[in-house]
Amino acid sequence: MQSAWLSALAFLVVSTLLGLGVLGAAKALRVRARKDSRIKHLTYECGEQPDGLAWMQFHARYYVVALFFVLFDVEAVFLFPWAVVLRELGAQAFIAAVSFVVVLMLGWLYALRKEALQWQ
Amino acid sequence: MSALGHGALYGAVLIAVMLSTVAVGIWFERKFAGRMQSRLGPTIVGPMGLLQPLADVVKLLQKEDIIPAGADRALFNLAPILATIFSLGVAAVLPLSPRMIAADLDIGVVYMLAIGGLMVVPTFMAGWASNNKFALLGGMRAVAQSISYGVPLVLAVLVPVILSGSLSLAGIVRWQSEHHWFALWPVIPGLPAFALYFMAMLAEANRIPFDIPEAESELVAGVTTEYTGAKFTLFYLAEYVHTLVGSAIGAALFFGGWDGPFAPGLHWMVAKTLALFVVVYWVRWTLLRLRSDQLMELCWKWLTPIGVALVLFAAAWVQFAPQGAL
Repeated sequence: MQSAWLSALAFLVVSTLLGLGVLGAAKALRVRARKDSRIKHLTYECGEQPDGLAWMQFHARYYVVALFFVLFDVEAVFLFPWAVVLRELGAQAFIAAVSFVVVLMLGWLYALRKEALQWQ
Repeated sequence: MSALGHGALYGAVLIAVMLSTVAVGIWFERKFAGRMQSRLGPTIVGPMGLLQPLADVVKLLQKEDIIPAGADRALFNLAPILATIFSLGVAAVLPLSPRMIAADLDIGVVYMLAIGGLMVVPTFMAGWASNNKFALLGGMRAVAQSISYGVPLVLAVLVPVILSGSLSLAGIVRWQSEHHWFALWPVIPGLPAFALYFMAMLAEANRIPFDIPEAESELVAGVTTEYTGAKFTLFYLAEYVHTLVGSAIGAALFFGGWDGPFAPGLHWMVAKTLALFVVVYWVRWTLLRLRSDQLMELCWKWLTPIGVALVLFAAAWVQFAPQGAL
């Protein structure tokens, strides 16, 4: 199976080469402006002069949901190995996973009632 | 053949095939959209406008390369390359026929979810590095989107994994060709799991009704607002490739991949993939865009509990279904 990982790595290298190749081809083909202008390098803001930087703090409005996302993603990490061996381990594994998921969904229900899944 | 050579050869061929498919796909989409809106679509370049994508690529590669003055240049240049790698990279585990797989990983499903999930990184990177307010909003929306569709996607993919007891895509398809396609039987959880996968796939590839980070009617062009020429081409390409690969994975997970009568396996796999690809276009030119918070509520209040129920149902099916009904 290690050889399959090497193949996957080679595949990713070829994908990288494609990306670099397109950029290289564009570098050879693209037109260049004879005269540079300052305005061309401004960021687009519907034709107005940009008002300050875009890098400022603003309220993301979904950070509680992001916390829940981490919880559920960890749950998925536990479920993947369980899914593969479920058939062999039988009823015991089934009951264990059901109780695990039920406890997790109680947490989901709590979050729903507390309106944590809304935008703040 | 050595493993590296195998991967590189399959990579080169598969990527060339995917790029040509995307080129024809773009032509097809424009024709399709034209017909749906009672117009003709491209007609001038080549017969029936068939050479239009080629002309577009040549045009895009010739465009001037502009990097905004205030941008974070390193990240700005890195983002399109990462988007290309992650969108194409998923195809490595795609089983085209029983013997044609670039990398037959025994945890191909996990690899697919991991590399596909990374797509949000270049998207946010592009939004942040542009130093443009529209692009940054698009990037923040992309993050909101990824924490919404992520859980339903994983749960939907878990259903075929449980039913077949394999984490390898080829293993899942083999199981289906020996027994039955998961979209057909067991009807629950197979069919709803496919619907869940399809929605999450649209969201991951930023397609309508979930093209929220791009949202050209609100955010100019979202994260790609400041991108020109080749770098924009790479983002555009990544989006189409992502949709194509997502369709192929859907065909493999739920519609038996290479399995089918009469024709060779490769033909069936390609036919099923293209059928799903066309459905994506159809959806795109039919539906409206959801709002970011609507998507989040849809995913967390409806799709996540449905996905959990489907996973438990699949587990119960494996445990308690009579042997013949497997």
